Amino acid sequence: MTPSPVDDAIVRAHREEWARVVATLTRRFGDLGLAEDCAAEAFATAVERWPRDGVPPNPGAWLTTTAARKAIDRLRRESRRDEKHQEARLLFDDDPPAPRGAIDDDRLRLLFTCCHPALAQETRVALTLRMVGGLTVPEIARAFLVQETAMGQRITRAKAKIKAAHVPYRVPTADDLPARLDGVLTVLYLVFNEGYLASGPGTDPVRHDLTGEAIRLTRLVRELLPGAGEATGLLALMLLTEARGPARVSSTGELVTLDEQDRGAWDRDLIDEGHALVRDTLVAVAAGGPPPGRYQLLAAINAVHTYARDAHDTDWSQVATLYDRLAALDPSPVVALNRAVAVAQVDGPEVGLALVDRLPLDGYHAFHATRADLLRRLGRSAQARDAYDRAIELAGNTAEAAYLRRRRGQLGATDAG
Amino acid sequence: MTRYMLSVYGPAERTAYGSYPSKEDMLESFADTGAFNDRLVADGYFVFADGLAEVATATVVDGQGDEPVLSDGPYLEAKEHLGGFWIIDAPDLDVALRLAAEGSRACRGKVEVRPFSTPDELQALLDS
Repeated sequence: MTPSPVDDAIVRAHREEWARVVATLTRRFGDLGLAEDCAAEAFATAVERWPRDGVPPNPGAWLTTTAARKAIDRLRRESRRDEKHQEARLLFDDDPPAPRGAIDDDRLRLLFTCCHPALAQETRVALTLRMVGGLTVPEIARAFLVQETAMGQRITRAKAKIKAAHVPYRVPTADDLPARLDGVLTVLYLVFNEGYLASGPGTDPVRHDLTGEAIRLTRLVRELLPGAGEATGLLALMLLTEARGPARVSSTGELVTLDEQDRGAWDRDLIDEGHALVRDTLVAVAAGGPPPGRYQLLAAINAVHTYARDAHDTDWSQVATLYDRLAALDPSPVVALNRAVAVAQVDGPEVGLALVDRLPLDGYHAFHATRADLLRRLGRSAQARDAYDRAIELAGNTAEAAYLRRRRGQLGATDAG
Repeated sequence: MTRYMLSVYGPAERTAYGSYPSKEDMLESFADTGAFNDRLVADGYFVFADGLAEVATATVVDGQGDEPVLSDGPYLEAKEHLGGFWIIDAPDLDVALRLAAEGSRACRGKVEVRPFSTPDELQALLDS
């Protein structure tokens, strides 16, 4: 059975209008939980009425008005004291719809509230997916392999904290904006990565629901804060990564590394869009804007990879230079590991291995996978085998483990010396 | 305005200079904390603030039975205890967190920020 045009309209309205409805109601009534409940009720009403009455000419306005009426009804039912005060608040009933700009600001406020630093990182992720992304609690619980009741409690507690502690509903001041925006982008990147390299033995290797949602929300941030180079960088990074998705897992469910991917299977539209965004950030930096942060640098690295029509044409010295700059910003061992991979391509596996061996990453599967590959290229099969063993043991992603097992199987029986 | 309690935790065992390593550190921290309190008053956030005597001076009373039962020492055994607190009125959590950071720097301790329950919450409890 194909979905009817009304079903399509409801799905589209949910995707496009959910955050707007929640955000507008939160501003108007000052209560995130109430906004969420009434938004959900308004969509349920749409599911009931639109097939019968037809899709309204402006679905967003219809949903906002319907949700606001439900909120007012509920507040009226609940207000048993201070009637005059409540009535005064409810006079906003017939507000004209806010102009577009103001609504966009509401969504931005909503995002900053959900990603407030007083909330735990995992709570920020869950709350953002619920309030801004419109995912249901069971969907979020499934995405993060958490029991539905536990996820529901996490979100309920967060809403209670926001209300009781009076977490402000506003875009941070210019002074705080860079740090707070970084917090928002971290949440979106976590969502993307969970989708792109899903963990857990029973999960699909790539979760397009999560990568797609992260891209959509990052687009929204960029639309709302067009001057934020890091938001542009993160969007470009996600697009250039997502573009390689079709070539990244083989028909047998095995991870295909960048050098072995069928580059013809990459999504050209996403790559073109990602490249255009990287060019935008380069132009902004050249025009005297702030220096590129980590997402812009990671996007540029991905652009270098995706410019090469063939893996052999990759400009590895450019990649290594970009990783140098990233390492200067972020001296973490994981960045150093990626830098070592690029250096190995430029200066040889021996130089790369010397850099890798210094890193305190024994519990990280990619560290052992990288060592294994460098040792293999140096002909040190026995050591490579041990490193593959460790990497397989630590790999959480099913496709990646399959790839590593194949690679281990291909090792020569004896050392080249 | 929301009312918040900013609690300072410090070691149960105190030195001759309270929780400070030396007399100079103690005097410096007292001066910084005094200046911070003055700013709170001047900016209209201040409700109350004070420091507590060391935790060994506490007595726990259980008056729920026929006779009150007394026990020597704090309610919870821990390495760190409440050492003092501010009560402030602030427009939102961001302001409270900023003030807590200033207070933490002044008194040389970690500060827990916690809102008081509001009349609305009490009403919700009564209505439930």
